[in-house]
Amino acid sequence: MRDIAVVSVAQHQEKALTHTTEVELMVPLINQARGAVGLTQDDIGFTCSGSSDFLAGQAFSFVHTLDAVGAVPPISESHVEMDGAWALYEAWVKLQIGAVDTALVYSYGKSSPGSLRDVLSTQLDPYYLGPLWPDAFAMAGLQARIMLESGAVSEQRLAEIAVRSLNGAAENPLAVRSSAAATVDHVLAEAPIADPLRPSDCAASADGGVAVVLAAGDRARELCDRPAWIKGIDHRIDPHQPGVRDLTRAPSAHKAAAQAGAGDDRLDAAELAAPFTTQEHILEVELGLVPETAVNASGGALAGHTMMAAGLMRIADAAQQIHDGRADRVLGHAASGLYLQQNLVCVMEGE
Amino acid sequence: MSADPSVPPAALSGEVSLPEKLAGVELVRSVRTPIRLEYDFIPGDASSGYLNAFADRKILGQRSPVDGAVFVPPRGVDPRHGAATPDYVELPDTGHVGGFCVTRLPIPGRDDLEIPYVSAWIHLDGADIGFLGLVGGIDTAQVRMGMRVRAVWKPDDQLGRTAENILYWEPTGEPDVPVTAAGTNAWHAKQAEGDQG
Repeated sequence: MRDIAVVSVAQHQEKALTHTTEVELMVPLINQARGAVGLTQDDIGFTCSGSSDFLAGQAFSFVHTLDAVGAVPPISESHVEMDGAWALYEAWVKLQIGAVDTALVYSYGKSSPGSLRDVLSTQLDPYYLGPLWPDAFAMAGLQARIMLESGAVSEQRLAEIAVRSLNGAAENPLAVRSSAAATVDHVLAEAPIADPLRPSDCAASADGGVAVVLAAGDRARELCDRPAWIKGIDHRIDPHQPGVRDLTRAPSAHKAAAQAGAGDDRLDAAELAAPFTTQEHILEVELGLVPETAVNASGGALAGHTMMAAGLMRIADAAQQIHDGRADRVLGHAASGLYLQQNLVCVMEGE
Repeated sequence: MSADPSVPPAALSGEVSLPEKLAGVELVRSVRTPIRLEYDFIPGDASSGYLNAFADRKILGQRSPVDGAVFVPPRGVDPRHGAATPDYVELPDTGHVGGFCVTRLPIPGRDDLEIPYVSAWIHLDGADIGFLGLVGGIDTAQVRMGMRVRAVWKPDDQLGRTAENILYWEPTGEPDVPVTAAGTNAWHAKQAEGDQG
């Protein structure tokens, strides 16, 4: 296996991008991520992105966004209709093959032009669930009820997770929802919006984008003082049909974490992309996180959920902690689909 | 599973058998699951500037910071280099036909468009790429690459923040641009001049 590291990250997130297109959003971010390590597109061996046409409301929208990369002369490029974390995985595989030494990975999501709660229904099966157009919050509420009634989690614990996000996000300029003063009592006093879920249990929707540069071996050491070496990365999937699943669990997250070696050593920090407090709780259990690990110091996805980018943003946040010397071993997580159907775990270490 | 891919799986090769109580029921052959999603499209910074200028009968492009190429309509970026293009350039409403197509089929919903019609890449004077427009005021058989044209605008009281302000492009009667310097050839001709100069 080649040593591959995240050497540069750039991200932006706000409640709603009302004056910029996806291209205008990504031009500065891509230039910032490449420029910080002195690279131009000519130096990039492979480019991979993640986004969704269902958010943009137009087919092949990712092709427009290639304008932000600079694809003349022609580049080696790929796209996944997934969170950018899966684009990072594809780039990591490409680097492992050994054909290239550097890769640019980016993803973005602008859900504000449409109704995300409805758009998410299109990820359901088209015969049984999709035609019912169930609201995304209502679907999450069903899971929350099962978790509470079965004793898998308590309302107190969900409120603690919400408070952890709100407090952590107060230090994060990219968070769109934060409160340094929030307490468990405040959260428990909120009226539920998808009973039993309260507003603070549901991620604050956001628009944004993230760009990451990967490099292999000595190239990474040249470009970055303290590369975030990817020691393990794995993604797994649970069944699509929620009726066949135990909704209090996410076995795919457990398996991905084990395959990535998450529990092999102490984790200083974990950044989780859970769009609901219930799901953040499931991840903590499945990933076997211990109290010594700082979970979602950034506020996590609850403090700002950019569809299609939230996972790559978590990996970027985790990598940044290695770059800055704040942590030595970190975990970045990404999820996709209903009820954490798909999970990706990326474990990174500094030297 | 059969090793021979031309042999269908056993589950598909036999008769479909149903429980007795479903005997005689018509099989489901298809389901309709209509999808409708609505979006409020946001044109973004560059396109907003472009569309707003149309209300004042102005055509705006943007200049590449890398080599000065002028793009119209502006997209906020030089797509060749991924470089932001913050500088607007006001362009005249004259140029030439860089390429064209005579269409003899009607467009659904465009009853106002008489067929045959001519769609063309209009290369504005001072711009380095073309943009789409209709050519009018001339017999379709007379349209040619390199033909000089000017915009025919809607009356001032009908102007909006839209490219539809330009009804069509009509010939100016000036001498044609040579085909070797028309359309996308214009950029290459200009680069060659620059190399010599």
